[in-house]
Amino acid sequence: MSESVLKITNVNKSFGGLKALNNINLNIEKGKVHAIIGPNGAGKSTLLNVCIGLLAPDTGTVEFNGKNIVGKQAHEINQMGLVRVFQTPEIFADLSLLENVMVPALAKRDGSFKFKIFRSLANEVDIMEEAISALDSIGMSDKLYQLAGSMSRGDKRRLELAVCLIQHPKLLLLDEPTAGMARHDTNQTIELLKKIKEGGMAKIIIEHDMHVVFSVADTISVLARGEIIATGTPDEIKGNPVVQEAYLGGSDE
Amino acid sequence: MILEKKRSDLVTMILFSMVVLSMPIWLNPLGANYPDLLQKFAIFGIFAIGYNILFGLTGYLSFGHAIFLGVGSYTAVWSFKLLSMNVIPAVISSVILAGIVAAFVGFVSLRRSGIYFSILTLAFAQMFYNLAYSVLTPITNGETGLQLALEDPRVIDRLFSTAGEGLPSTELFGLSMSGYSGFYFCAVMLIVAFYVSLKIFNSPFGLKLKAIKSNQHRMKYTGYNTRPYLLTAFIISGMFAGLAGALMAVTDPLAGAERMQWTASGEVVLMTILGGVGTLYGPLLGVVIIKYLENIFSAVNEAVLQTFFDFLPSWLQDTMVVIVSPFVGEGWHLTLGLMFMGIVIFLPGGITEGFQKMKKRFFTKENSESSNQEGK
Repeated sequence: MSESVLKITNVNKSFGGLKALNNINLNIEKGKVHAIIGPNGAGKSTLLNVCIGLLAPDTGTVEFNGKNIVGKQAHEINQMGLVRVFQTPEIFADLSLLENVMVPALAKRDGSFKFKIFRSLANEVDIMEEAISALDSIGMSDKLYQLAGSMSRGDKRRLELAVCLIQHPKLLLLDEPTAGMARHDTNQTIELLKKIKEGGMAKIIIEHDMHVVFSVADTISVLARGEIIATGTPDEIKGNPVVQEAYLGGSDE
Repeated sequence: MILEKKRSDLVTMILFSMVVLSMPIWLNPLGANYPDLLQKFAIFGIFAIGYNILFGLTGYLSFGHAIFLGVGSYTAVWSFKLLSMNVIPAVISSVILAGIVAAFVGFVSLRRSGIYFSILTLAFAQMFYNLAYSVLTPITNGETGLQLALEDPRVIDRLFSTAGEGLPSTELFGLSMSGYSGFYFCAVMLIVAFYVSLKIFNSPFGLKLKAIKSNQHRMKYTGYNTRPYLLTAFIISGMFAGLAGALMAVTDPLAGAERMQWTASGEVVLMTILGGVGTLYGPLLGVVIIKYLENIFSAVNEAVLQTFFDFLPSWLQDTMVVIVSPFVGEGWHLTLGLMFMGIVIFLPGGITEGFQKMKKRFFTKENSESSNQEGK
């Protein structure tokens, strides 16, 4: 069995009387793509928020590379190497594309706070080159000085992906990376997700689009009513009758 | 490209210094060449530049920057009273003390963002203003304001000379700080302040502040601890305000609590927005325009208006005087308000945006003309 990156053990979370997560155990392995699927209200978002430390679980532990991350602040978790892509693209709309990618590259180098005002940005050649090559990888190196806010939604999503990838995360969390995308853009994103496997980066993907899930995932966990009802390879999940009933066949009822 | 950038920084600074230092020459035809007004341009220029580092880069709208202006003034006057009439210790101690007060106010206010931050700073401004009038009277001398007195110790000065007759005046190693020499001292300080601001705008630090303004949520999930960034920006802008306050005391060694009133904070907001928030030169433009117009409009009274409308028949002359007079003299703020409304509605990016729009229009016209000619 290969190395574990994120380990969620016996996590419970309730909101008032609603049990959002019920005794969740999850193990994300290095270099693997782990998809989490489930019907609306199954607790996917809650689980993701627990993973990044946004929500503290009522009981249980979340360990990232052997270190507990419950109660840590967002920037600390990011600096540890756990990076999140949001459902609605979170980018710096008022900055240029180049600046959008330079900011995370600087975060990787400078840490969470650095005060140095007498160094000109124009002298940060390394950072700039890194940023340009990151934009190149998503095919946007021809519009470095365009404002990020003026792009289409699909482009914003890909930009956010570049913003996250330039930090070389150990674990990347993707919350519905293709929601609201056109088929063409979706396929492009799938190709991009398949391509980025450097350094044994693990990924968690939450997704509704089964086409995406079955093309990229190594392992799939199915979440229903706050519980993981099945975990396995794409083929195992496809053939699992419990999953069929709870999720895939749910729309027929 | 990188070398070019370096050189352009230098060119910017040389051009800027030339424009500032030659103000007495090119403001002469505008009737604005007298030391008192020139000093105001430079001092409020520093104030607005510093304010722009906070408001322009991070987007945090503070209504409390007059606190640091007041702290700077009081500290400078105390330095004149206790240490020396030389302006160097006064300026240094003012900047440091303003920085300390800014650290305290910022630490508390920056726990909230948006409108709540603004309200907190406003509350602090009112608090400090009222403190200066009441509890802190031993330090601020209450309503009378803090002034120099004959019996002040002036420890450092006394080491070198005995006290002369009459009140001494502020000086820089023997050079009196009134009139034009006072302006040139303020102008040099303005150039230094502008240099720091230019450096911040062009540094990774400045980029991160802009990114905080654009999307603080993303910033946190990109691994930045945003609070220390905001606090640093707040302290720097507070120190700029402290410097401006000190220079006010340098040119006129007197400090009163009205300098800390919220209207003084409001004024710097107006100047920054009028000129263009987040741009390097915008705030300076706003300062020059507002202070220049204030100077003209507040000097106008009914007698001047009568002569101005002399060419009209007398019934129309009187009507015009009645209509216009509320907008001049004491009522200058009415004009300022109208002007501000106009800018916010039609040019939200301030006068700088107006320039850019004009430039764009001219350029596109030229382009289309040239393409037309090519077509023919």
